[in-house]
Amino acid sequence: MTENKKTTIVLFSGDYDKAMAAYIIANGAAAYDHEVTIFHTFWGLNALRKDEDIKVQKGFMEKMFGKMMPKGADKMGLSKMNFAGMGPKMIKSVMKKHNALSLPSLIDMAQEQDVKLVACTMTMDLLGLQKEELLDSIDYAGVAAYLGDAEEGNVNLFI
Amino acid sequence: MQSKKILDAKGLACPMPIVKTRKAIQELRVGEILEVHATDKGSKNDLAAWSKSGGHELVQDTEEDGILKFWIKKG
Repeated sequence: MTENKKTTIVLFSGDYDKAMAAYIIANGAAAYDHEVTIFHTFWGLNALRKDEDIKVQKGFMEKMFGKMMPKGADKMGLSKMNFAGMGPKMIKSVMKKHNALSLPSLIDMAQEQDVKLVACTMTMDLLGLQKEELLDSIDYAGVAAYLGDAEEGNVNLFI
Repeated sequence: MQSKKILDAKGLACPMPIVKTRKAIQELRVGEILEVHATDKGSKNDLAAWSKSGGHELVQDTEEDGILKFWIKKG
């Protein structure tokens, strides 16, 4: 067989809808037998957060960031019509009606399909996120590792 | 047409029909036919593009009462 094609996605956004788009494309690309990488940086890291409270040593600023940012994919807000949290409730009920997968299930599905989930370590430091707070079995890397994948990528997206 | 396997993807939304089709076709041998039933309106273009890219052949497709049926020959 010829070598697989590659898709890479930089998920910068911490919005529920944008992350959904990223994960739908990632799952679709995996179904195309692409090797898929999602590189999570800045607010996109929140999609990888566990939803439980994890005890870790942190400074004041890091603690504040941790409190203000959504704990996990399901808690993320919408990029439009968020209405202080009403928007996500509305969209989730519509999604259920149309049988669309929720963001957490899309992330599970991506892991099942061997999509490589990468957390950007530099922005983890900035936002004070530690490995213990993020999903298990993900990778940690920087820009060079991303570029290593992207330069061979057939589809490269920034969301 | 003799289908080796039937995949029921009715009621599933994008990207699930494609994800499930890929899983199902992996279990077939080259030349065998997978029959897919779906209700997602986009699945016609999706499955046509996916089959072409993966070297499979979309032999036939029909639409009846909102149910789309596809016959894909594994390549």
